Amino acid sequence: MNATTSIAPGRLLWEETVHGGGHWSGVLRRGTALRLVDLDGGVNVAALFYNQEEKLERYNMADTLKAQHTAHLTRGFVCYSDMGRVLCSIVADTVGWHDPIGGVADNKDIVAKYGEHRFQEHRNEMTRSGREGLLIELGKWGLGARDLVANVNFFSKVVADEAGALRFQPGNSKAGDYLDLRFEMNTLVALSTAPHPLDPGSQYAPGRLQLIAWRAEAPGEDDYCRNFRPENRRGFYNTEILFR
Amino acid sequence: MGANTIQPSNLDPATAVYDFTLPAGEPWMHEIKRGQTLRIVDLEGNQAVDTLFFGARDPAERYSAQDTVRRQGNVYLTTGSALMSNEGNVMLRIVADTCGRHDTLGGACAAESNTVRYALDKKHMHNCRDNFLTALARWGHRYGMTKRDIPANINFFMNVPVTGSGGLTFEDGVSAPGKYVEMRAEMDVIALISNCPQLNNPCNAYNPTPIRLLVWDA
Repeated sequence: MNATTSIAPGRLLWEETVHGGGHWSGVLRRGTALRLVDLDGGVNVAALFYNQEEKLERYNMADTLKAQHTAHLTRGFVCYSDMGRVLCSIVADTVGWHDPIGGVADNKDIVAKYGEHRFQEHRNEMTRSGREGLLIELGKWGLGARDLVANVNFFSKVVADEAGALRFQPGNSKAGDYLDLRFEMNTLVALSTAPHPLDPGSQYAPGRLQLIAWRAEAPGEDDYCRNFRPENRRGFYNTEILFR
Repeated sequence: MGANTIQPSNLDPATAVYDFTLPAGEPWMHEIKRGQTLRIVDLEGNQAVDTLFFGARDPAERYSAQDTVRRQGNVYLTTGSALMSNEGNVMLRIVADTCGRHDTLGGACAAESNTVRYALDKKHMHNCRDNFLTALARWGHRYGMTKRDIPANINFFMNVPVTGSGGLTFEDGVSAPGKYVEMRAEMDVIALISNCPQLNNPCNAYNPTPIRLLVWDA
């Protein structure tokens, strides 16, 4: 599949590639969309979202899950803030399952699992953790550990059995897979492409992520995400009155 | 872990150093010292107890639902669960549990999320986030804590199963009158509880009820 087919060239805003194990942050304004493309297969993208204008309003895992009765994310689901508003909507997805539960590994986890790979010896192939990557990006915007809340892991799949035991499913995302996030608020996005903490792979080999931003169509009354659940109609209402 | 691991306690309420009954819909904030044991008793059954823990020396270290779940490889809390901080440290361990399963994915109710989940006109109803903010307004200045410090919490006595197909369901409770959960502190912590006032969810039979909180010294 060609990751750029549905984006009209006149709407394209910018493109950027994020190194495997790297981190990125930026502002996506209401009315823009961001495509996240798994360039190499098996990428994990730990993501957090904040209202750019009042960063105490932030992505809320529990509200996102319980409002939509889900433990995974795909097309139709939206990412809720703690204020009952929609930060962004998943308007396209070739993957089918994104993990909102597994969290991020910290530096101790990464060293224990993959050994120590410092900059001194490995230059930019050094191992980095998702937690540290997110903290670096948050630091650029005056945020820190207190602002680091439960995150989404795009492209990764973790399933629970009846007893609640978690299992990471390798091969969930292939090279070329993508999802599109449409931003319903002016949103600060922080990302890390470090490995998922439950990824059983013994090699530190995180893949690259391509970001493509464009001007999106405004969600109409018949919008798929708005109508995906009755809760989402109210979530969109709460969001839209902020901009009236 | 995660299967129902019923484990009663030998501790005698008569020897507790703290014994308090918290009415429904009230906040509670209390320091638990390393080595002390906190018991939460579901007095009337299926009462949601929204609970957070913070490091007493540095409240920026706090309970992390995702770290707890991923490190134990299981979404439910019960006997043996280590309640992990965002810094990767064990804050408390669940040492007894007569309920068998507790939720840490469903989070707290809030005025704003109630408008999304139920109806726009539910915004006025009392909720756990207001309780957390009430507690921080009353006592949070001692620790420099604000809304910024409120992450995803534990819902003791709530049964919120994750299905194999990735659904999240709110099932009838597995708790009952008198069931309790007990946890031993591995560091000095501040416990923050909202005894949930939710009136829109059948999980508590639309009837929030009191809980009993007991603390024993090491």
